[in-house]
Amino acid sequence: MLRYALLRLLGAIPTLLLVIALAFLMVHAAPGGPFDDERVLPPEIEANIAAAYQLDQPLPQQFLHYLSGLLRGDLGPSYRYRDRTVSELIGSAFPLSLQLGAMAMLLATVVGVSAGTYAALHKDSLLDRIVMTFAMTGISIPVFVIAPVLVLLLAVQLQWLPAGWTGSTGIRRYILPVVSLALPQIAYIARLTRASMIEVLESDFVRTARSQGLGTAAVVRLHALKPAMLPVLSYMGPAIAAILTGSVVVEEVFGIPGLGQHFVRGALNRDYTLVLGIVIFYATLVLLLNLLVDLLYGAIDPRIRRR
Amino acid sequence: MTSCGESEPEAPAVPTLNRGLLSDPESLDIHKARSTQAAEVQRDIGEGLMSYSANGELIGGVAESWSVTDDGRTYTFKLRENARWSNGDAVTADHFVFALRRLVDPATAAFYAQAVAAINNASEIVAGNLAPAELGVVAEDAQTLVINLEQPTPYFLNLLTHPSTFPLHPGLVEEHGDNFARPEFLLSNGAYQLVAWEPASQIRLVRNEHYWNNAATSIDAVHYHVVTQELTQLNRFRAGELDTTDTIPPENFAAIREQFGDQMRIAPYLGVFYYGYNLTKPPFADNPALRQALSMAVDRETLVEKVIGRGEAPAYSWVPPGVNNYEPIQFGYAGMSQAERNATARRLYHEAGYSRDNPAQIELRYNTSDIQQRIALAVQAMWAETLGVETTLVNEEFQVLLANMREAEVTQVFRSSWIGDYNDAHTFLSILESDNPANMPRFKNKAFDNLMDQAAAQVDLHKRRLFLEEAERVLLREHPVIPLYFFVSKHLVSPRVRGWGDNVLDYHYSQHLSLVTETQ
Repeated sequence: MLRYALLRLLGAIPTLLLVIALAFLMVHAAPGGPFDDERVLPPEIEANIAAAYQLDQPLPQQFLHYLSGLLRGDLGPSYRYRDRTVSELIGSAFPLSLQLGAMAMLLATVVGVSAGTYAALHKDSLLDRIVMTFAMTGISIPVFVIAPVLVLLLAVQLQWLPAGWTGSTGIRRYILPVVSLALPQIAYIARLTRASMIEVLESDFVRTARSQGLGTAAVVRLHALKPAMLPVLSYMGPAIAAILTGSVVVEEVFGIPGLGQHFVRGALNRDYTLVLGIVIFYATLVLLLNLLVDLLYGAIDPRIRRR
Repeated sequence: MTSCGESEPEAPAVPTLNRGLLSDPESLDIHKARSTQAAEVQRDIGEGLMSYSANGELIGGVAESWSVTDDGRTYTFKLRENARWSNGDAVTADHFVFALRRLVDPATAAFYAQAVAAINNASEIVAGNLAPAELGVVAEDAQTLVINLEQPTPYFLNLLTHPSTFPLHPGLVEEHGDNFARPEFLLSNGAYQLVAWEPASQIRLVRNEHYWNNAATSIDAVHYHVVTQELTQLNRFRAGELDTTDTIPPENFAAIREQFGDQMRIAPYLGVFYYGYNLTKPPFADNPALRQALSMAVDRETLVEKVIGRGEAPAYSWVPPGVNNYEPIQFGYAGMSQAERNATARRLYHEAGYSRDNPAQIELRYNTSDIQQRIALAVQAMWAETLGVETTLVNEEFQVLLANMREAEVTQVFRSSWIGDYNDAHTFLSILESDNPANMPRFKNKAFDNLMDQAAAQVDLHKRRLFLEEAERVLLREHPVIPLYFFVSKHLVSPRVRGWGDNVLDYHYSQHLSLVTETQ
């Protein structure tokens, strides 16, 4: 298994290099530069600034310079935040995005699986219908609609929760962002779990278990849950990606200083190094997560483990 | 605080002003910042030789008194003996010399190095031809600072309110290098000092106990909340999390006005919104008749009242009203009715060789935004209806539009704006001088340039004003731009905030504000 993991990691290096090169080309190909503004700078000042950031050098040379920095673990200075480095910005933003993402993922899994299992066990009942209607709605409404609606209702009208990140401290400020992020995932996971659980509950080995006199709760816990979780588990990869991209919206709406906001602002401001840094960081993260999901899959499903 | 009295462990114990900020400062290093938002924060934590009152009158800052020689070229400032940094050190004339030299030093790569171009040798130092020590700024003693200018510059005192001209503590910069502006190190000489700055989140300030006028500061702590979405600022204001907003969203403006009434503060602002022509290419090069026809065919009243509707004033001049020592010149047709303007516009359009059968085909570029789209659609319709012009709308991301404007290759008509850097007609007129890099239309006119040069050489304010007014007259006759409207500043200000003064520069120092303590 270790050998497998190492091989996969080595295989990821060319992918990562390609991502870096493409991202570098793309940010530099976008028209306009990081220091362009409606208040155009006099040419001498522009030259001074370009020199300070090596923007006056030819592109290949800038790329080599960037790569050599990367090898030393240096993502360079941010162009927008003139006295901060990219590593520092990512370092302070990522823990927050991670916290939000992890909390949303946890909430989505726990609520989604419980709701889905409940619905499967009470198939075609009124509650099943309610859960599934809710799930359908949750999938159909995008985060950029859910989040502002929650803010209007719970923060502006009822004033139960803060409308923005800096409006309070402690756990209260996490509630709205996490719920907005988790809602679509709860919905999706609930549907997946229900479908998969219904299939498993009708399979032969469950019928055998029931015939031996096991109660419903025990059947689900001991026999049905694990196989029913397989589709949910393989959905984890896409779910994490969805939460990462969803966090861009949620962070904008609530003003959370996470990676998503830095990415969007960085792209609009042409903060080349910040955008590149975040792309590289995300790419590495996704590669690692994919590997992790594959390994987990092997651990749960004996049919895959042997290879 | 009236919010639910339960578990708010880190809730500020002192009266705190919560201000919305539309974007993060680039830096709090006075020479690395650029945006108006950065300047807003810097005016709280720093102070220059000069400052402004709540209503925008020029007052002494660190300078207690000042005098100017008759030729308008030498300024002598007497500094306050009790001016202090936040660590208790005295603010001396040397600190201004040190800071101003750093501002023009090419190694600093300061955005605002051109702000002090009026000072002797400044431009040569920026260009790398002279050493920073050659700058025309001398500390005669700890409290006396002398600044020599290349030309009389009547707005020079106004420039000294800009954060890029604030003093720096030399020991601080030497010790921490480029990191000196970080919250853990930065020393302030303004009413507040920096406590924390979380990028994309908030900036926290507390009262600077050593500030010379600390007794006059009312609010103990100021939190700037970085909220990039206009609508989110509104929501957070509604939720009571912000006491003041940076702006008001254009959507549902009427409904917001109805809801907030007096809390909405709309005031004239030194800024002009315009459509520029690319004068280097057909159809607009050497075609003043077409340029004037298009300008006259825009019904500005309808535009500001029906399309934008946020209190903006229709623009019939280039320099906004409310500028010191100046009376804006207006287009000859300012007094006509729109019907009369349209008639003249049609005549000019025909003179330029166009007609309904042979319409002008024009591309109008603007940056992707709801309000820009609305304006462009309205102008497109007005041109089509009055003249039969066929306008293609092109919307581009802001940075792309800027790049295209600078290259002046693909542009024909483009949207732009100019916000005054200081309260003087010069800040508006000078951008259309032939060699000004902000001259987006590429307007080149000898008569205009000459008048601007003559104005620059004048000590006599009245004569200078006549030259500037004549320059604007030439400008308006040539129609290099279509001024559409003058900006207004737009804020929501909570009733618990007192002392908010409307002013054309839209500066609102926290030190002039106070909070009403709610006793219920």
